[in-house]
Amino acid sequence: MKDLVNRALDAAQRAGAAYADVRVVERETESLTVKNGALESAAAHRTAGMGVRLLVDGGWGFSASSLLEPIEAERIAREAAEIARASAGARREPIVLDGTPPAQGSYRTPVREDPFAVSLDEKLGILLASDEAMGRVPGVTVREGSMEWSRERKTFVSSEGANLEQEIVEAGAGIEATAVDEGEVQVRSFPQMGGQLVTAGFEAVRALDLAGNAQRVAEEAVALLTAPQCPSGEMDLILESSQLALQIHESCGHPIELDRVLGMEASFAGTSFLTLDRLDQLQYGSSIVHIDADATAPGGLGTFGWDDEGVPAQDVPIVSAGLLVGYLTNRETAPRIGRQSMGSARASGWDRIPIIRMTNVSLRPGPEATSLDDLIADTREGIYLETNRSWSIDDRRLNFQFGTQAGWLIRDGRRTQLVRNPTYTGITPRFWGSCDAIAGPRDWVLWGVPNCGKGEPMQTGHVSHGASPARFRKVQVGVGRW
Amino acid sequence: MVTADRHDPAVAAALLDRVLELVPNGEAEAVYTARDEALTRFANSQIHQNVADRDRSVRVRLTRDGRTGVASTNRLDEAGLRAAVEQALAIRDRAARNPDTSPLAGGPSTAHVRSGWTDRTADADPALRAAAARAVIDAALAAGLEASGAFSTEALTMAVANTRGLRSSASTTAAKLLSVVMGTDGASGYAQATDPDVGRIDGAAIGAEAVDRAQRTTGAEDLAPGEYQVLLEPYAVAALIEYISFIGFSALAAQEGRSFMELGRTVMGSNVRIWDDGQDPGGLPSIIDFEGVRKQRVDLVTDGVATGHVHDTATAHRAGTASTGHGLPAPNPWGPVAWNLFMAGGRASHDELLAGIDRGIWVTRFHYVNVVHAKRAILTGMTKDGTFLVEKGRIVRPIRNLRFTQSVPEAFSRIRGLSDETRLVGAEYSGIAVRAPALLIDGFGFTGATAAEGPG
Repeated sequence: MKDLVNRALDAAQRAGAAYADVRVVERETESLTVKNGALESAAAHRTAGMGVRLLVDGGWGFSASSLLEPIEAERIAREAAEIARASAGARREPIVLDGTPPAQGSYRTPVREDPFAVSLDEKLGILLASDEAMGRVPGVTVREGSMEWSRERKTFVSSEGANLEQEIVEAGAGIEATAVDEGEVQVRSFPQMGGQLVTAGFEAVRALDLAGNAQRVAEEAVALLTAPQCPSGEMDLILESSQLALQIHESCGHPIELDRVLGMEASFAGTSFLTLDRLDQLQYGSSIVHIDADATAPGGLGTFGWDDEGVPAQDVPIVSAGLLVGYLTNRETAPRIGRQSMGSARASGWDRIPIIRMTNVSLRPGPEATSLDDLIADTREGIYLETNRSWSIDDRRLNFQFGTQAGWLIRDGRRTQLVRNPTYTGITPRFWGSCDAIAGPRDWVLWGVPNCGKGEPMQTGHVSHGASPARFRKVQVGVGRW
Repeated sequence: MVTADRHDPAVAAALLDRVLELVPNGEAEAVYTARDEALTRFANSQIHQNVADRDRSVRVRLTRDGRTGVASTNRLDEAGLRAAVEQALAIRDRAARNPDTSPLAGGPSTAHVRSGWTDRTADADPALRAAAARAVIDAALAAGLEASGAFSTEALTMAVANTRGLRSSASTTAAKLLSVVMGTDGASGYAQATDPDVGRIDGAAIGAEAVDRAQRTTGAEDLAPGEYQVLLEPYAVAALIEYISFIGFSALAAQEGRSFMELGRTVMGSNVRIWDDGQDPGGLPSIIDFEGVRKQRVDLVTDGVATGHVHDTATAHRAGTASTGHGLPAPNPWGPVAWNLFMAGGRASHDELLAGIDRGIWVTRFHYVNVVHAKRAILTGMTKDGTFLVEKGRIVRPIRNLRFTQSVPEAFSRIRGLSDETRLVGAEYSGIAVRAPALLIDGFGFTGATAAEGPG
């Protein structure tokens, strides 16, 4: 492998690259799904390849191939240079990288139990036990369980002298019950929509207690069929932590991506309302809102040793006491705000360039003694919403609308009536400005979001968000005509 | 296998035969995919990302006595293929038996088809893509605007072989140029062209269309949300059809009671015809599916009545019918997908549709669409890159983006006019292509508005 990488790097430099990096990535993924008591699928996938990224005449070029042979390594380096020259012809100013010093070293996800070593029978047993528990509830139409684990080995070298080896292991699982009747479909998931995925070994799957939650999930799916429609109006809203994680993702994580802010994603994902003039000026949320991007958080899907430009993992404040104080950056964009990259350049695989992605963008928990129950007890009239079902936000990340799987009305400090098809909508800074209570660290969970789409060609990123349940005052709930 | 052979059907067939030889017992399916992608991306009127990649992979699905194992690899030498087969065997032989397992596709085979392929697209180089990007950028700069966008080209070869004797393969190409042109005052315009032949994509024309739309949006003002008449451009219509395809047109969704598409029932207005046809050169052809079945035309909605679902072998087996050629790669818990969609146009010109609006909204496109309620096909999303208030058939002014929350079947039951021209639109997030007309709809629900300046 070392020879292959050096061949590519040498060829890049012979082709005129002022800067070049080479990434070799091998990813193995295995998955299981169980549906209605039977094994629906069991699969193993392996993909490997090499990508060469370089700067020639101030423009980027990138080429990648799955053929890991010396002659191909040289070909993609030459092709990347040809592409870079075409880029340079349509540039106003040359690309300049920050002064991040080249790093050498290795990193491995801490793993107690190798998920690849756990038997298929045992994994299947966990999912089938959950399926059986869901199956005991009359009225459930579809029962599903899924489990996934992966290992990614990455080599990164650069013409500046970086030389890094990393091994990232992910594991996770989830269950879902669907109930159907005339005109209605209701779904409940555990522990969140699509399951929970973390960087860890199989110990993380064992800790989920899928079977222990299966019957409740199934009962709630059936109960939702006959629950009243969520009312419409302005009300106090308490969000469960996995829904709040997605709220953070869409309304904070994306708009703080500096490439979006600078217009580099305008033709696809959009831009951002968090323009440069708002850094250190904008009150993004209330004074109890503190949000950090922490690539060192244990278990996060955005946790690593170095990003895909060789920048070390860091914990960086984004929103401090409600004030916008930081962005997610890479080596190309950080100099635009007078900073060095904070290490958010990530590629979804060997065939994609690193772009600015979230790491683990999380809301700090509230006071130690505060729980979800305390938030509810402290709310005279409102609604508590749990588990994401639908999400949408405008191109500047201002106008959002979410749907959740379930909601409960709150009356006089108590969770009362279950309601179906709940939705809520708002404008990002007004919403975060209305946050007046956050539950404490005991309710804080770092949720995996493995389906973050960005970039052209599309890259599906794996990121995480930590959150405790929180309360937001006077939010528009129950959108549309039902 | 040398790199130059990756789109050679004979090479692919030999490789798949070798995979099947390695399987000692049971039924086996092997799928070969070779994909060359390239994309030139521009923003702030300069190229900022420019990439190319080549990948080839083989996926094997092995079944025996109701047990199934799937493995894939992109290491295609003898050792790599052996490893994939051994892994799939190991999974299969340890897997639990599923009595619902369907047999592999039995044919007929499809001899190699290149009807959706052009060498010009397969051979497109970075200079060609940069020239088109430059044409868009020049159009924007000449108007005092900034251009962003992406120009992609792709060559794909897929071959499928199985132990039931099926042998199918096809090669296709696709090219797509899109641009968002923006001004400092919130002006924003969009244009897109999708075609199997890169030679038919005109950068200057895309630039001109996006610039024209952006210039018209200068000085947009608020409009209160509510129910309005709408004129939806083909870009917007395509986005709605893309999403109802995911949630409604699949036989699996119907079998599980999740779809609004109950066969024989009137689900839309009598002027609505929607179908899927992977062979039609008016779309982005994709000839066979990932199970090797040749794609059939499926009439999904005919004169407003639900008349068909798309099937893969699993849903077809369950329904006692034949696959329509809409299978995804195994394992596939999502079910079949209608990928090559068409909506029939009508008789009206664009101006006639506009003239039919008493007070309503002209929508260029939708952004970030998502499903609010699957069975009722309620979607939400934002308007983008050209939204206008129309009164008495005339454009009054541009308006800021609005959020819609609307049942698509309900809206498509209120279509008053369809344009005589249709346009091929490549979906924003998926690989789906939709040829759609513009629609005049009497009643479309807008439930929110974007903030003028954001914070505040």
